[in-house]
Amino acid sequence: MARDLTALRPCIEDFLYLEADLLDDWRIEEWFALFDEGATYEVPPTGESGETDPATSLFYIADDYVRLRERVVRLTKSEAHSEFPRSSQRHMISNVRILGAHGNVLDVTCNFVTYRAKRGVVDTYYGKHAYRIDCGSEPFKIKSKRSTLGMDMLYPGKLTIIV
Amino acid sequence: MDTILSTPQMVVEDRERNLFRVSRRAFTEESVLEAERRNIFDHCWLYLGHSSEIAGNCDYITRAVGGRELIFNRDRAGAVHAFLNTCPHRGAMVVREKKGNALSFRCFYHGWSFNVNGRFASRFDEGNYGKEHYSGGCADLAQVPRLECYRDFWFVNFDKNAVALADYLAGAKDYIDMVADQAEAMEIVGSGQQYVINANWKLLAENSVDAFHGFPVHNTYFDYLKNIGSLRMETNAGHFNARGMTDLGNGHAVIEYQSPWGRPIARWVPSWGEEKRPLVERLRQNLVQRFGEERGHRMAEYSRNMLIFPNLVINDIMAITVRTFTPDAPNKMTVSAWALGAAGEDAELRKLRLFNFLEFLGPGGFATPDDQEALENCQRGYKNMREVGWNDISKGMPRQGQPMNDDEEQMRCFWRQWRQRMEGRMEGSRVGGLVGVA
Repeated sequence: MARDLTALRPCIEDFLYLEADLLDDWRIEEWFALFDEGATYEVPPTGESGETDPATSLFYIADDYVRLRERVVRLTKSEAHSEFPRSSQRHMISNVRILGAHGNVLDVTCNFVTYRAKRGVVDTYYGKHAYRIDCGSEPFKIKSKRSTLGMDMLYPGKLTIIV
Repeated sequence: MDTILSTPQMVVEDRERNLFRVSRRAFTEESVLEAERRNIFDHCWLYLGHSSEIAGNCDYITRAVGGRELIFNRDRAGAVHAFLNTCPHRGAMVVREKKGNALSFRCFYHGWSFNVNGRFASRFDEGNYGKEHYSGGCADLAQVPRLECYRDFWFVNFDKNAVALADYLAGAKDYIDMVADQAEAMEIVGSGQQYVINANWKLLAENSVDAFHGFPVHNTYFDYLKNIGSLRMETNAGHFNARGMTDLGNGHAVIEYQSPWGRPIARWVPSWGEEKRPLVERLRQNLVQRFGEERGHRMAEYSRNMLIFPNLVINDIMAITVRTFTPDAPNKMTVSAWALGAAGEDAELRKLRLFNFLEFLGPGGFATPDDQEALENCQRGYKNMREVGWNDISKGMPRQGQPMNDDEEQMRCFWRQWRQRMEGRMEGSRVGGLVGVA
């Protein structure tokens, strides 16, 4: 691999910060527009080591593109009771690494901490995102996002926001 | 003031006036939780786990049940055990992993070791311990007083005088059969989901078999089904063509209704694609062959939400979930939920089953989080308890004949049993009445 992947990091970081901003501001439909058609979004079970597959093990979230769209549609409604009134969120990202490239598609990982506040309770979610991001055109497109929680169980109870 | 609202009792049923009320103190007071631990969790059969979770000899898992820390395992000969996970020496938890396979257990604190059948297995040099120490079992891992199984569902009871599990389950057995009979063997798929709800545990018991809240709370879920073309409502009757609610005895109850959603057992919906249709049709034919037209059709087509007193839910809906929950405080519980599927089922169907599970169920599903929100809102609403002190659970009381599935009779079954146990009126129970619960 001749390309210097670390040189691409500022662009990727910018893209991830944009994603975080959209989520922080509840611009959820614009957030969904970052995903390529056919993209997937997954949150695997907590406390599992090694590779897990939503076809054989029970995840918290395993959305194909259609269900991810529906998740976003749901979150725009006041009848999505768990997010009404809406919670306040802040998404923190660090340790961004580009692990490999397949043509224009990059394998990216980063650590995250996401805070969610509602009714005087602050929930903390932390873990690691693994993305496949197509950098072939502007804007970049997410082909898959998997958010592996670092907690050994889901202490905040709900997983209604996008971490 | 209405006399009901000034009674010292916590559960009041007035059949003449069709009123059923539960005091909100039952959800908030530490003394009530303490009494529940002694009167309910120390005497009822509590769900421990499924055979498939310890399928091989020497497999083990650790789990918190009824406020205890337990080891659920198979020994070298394949016999199933439930041990209290505490070293007889000085108390440390002997097994600290969530699951595994081991030929023996060893406490890391001082190195006391045990065979997987619980027998003390350390041999210390002479002079350390007397002969008596090795005999009589006082150095063995302590077994849970009672461990029994029905159709691969294992339960424990901390009361050695409890009635047999089969008698305790009463009418629930037939409905467990309808889950266990869906394949040659059923299994827990992967690991489960574990999450916290900041609400009293009884709120989830009620909610798990409550059809009344379905449309107001889960409107966005039904919208989702509509949007993807998966809402299949039969038109020949209202209320989902409801079969209604059945009192299964001993505080257990089930609601049964025609499903608007797809069911991996054998109810196809368009969003699964035409290519899966023949596969699902074959499953259905197979059910009819094995159980006859009526029962086969019912197993495939109808959904069932079942509560087994006090804290086991087996919901056979758009997937099968087995769910149990343990109080940590009056306003906090930990929930463990698993997906149950046919052992060795077709890989595509397994994938579909798990996909279907997540569309509704669990903390990231399109419905469960809104239930959690409702429960937590109730708990917060109870802050107004001194002025507004009672829950109303009267829906359907004047109705003649079988209750509807969106009545509240299933919760009344739960609360009558709760009252009876809290008042110490159960046979074989030596715990007396308690202060605050008349």
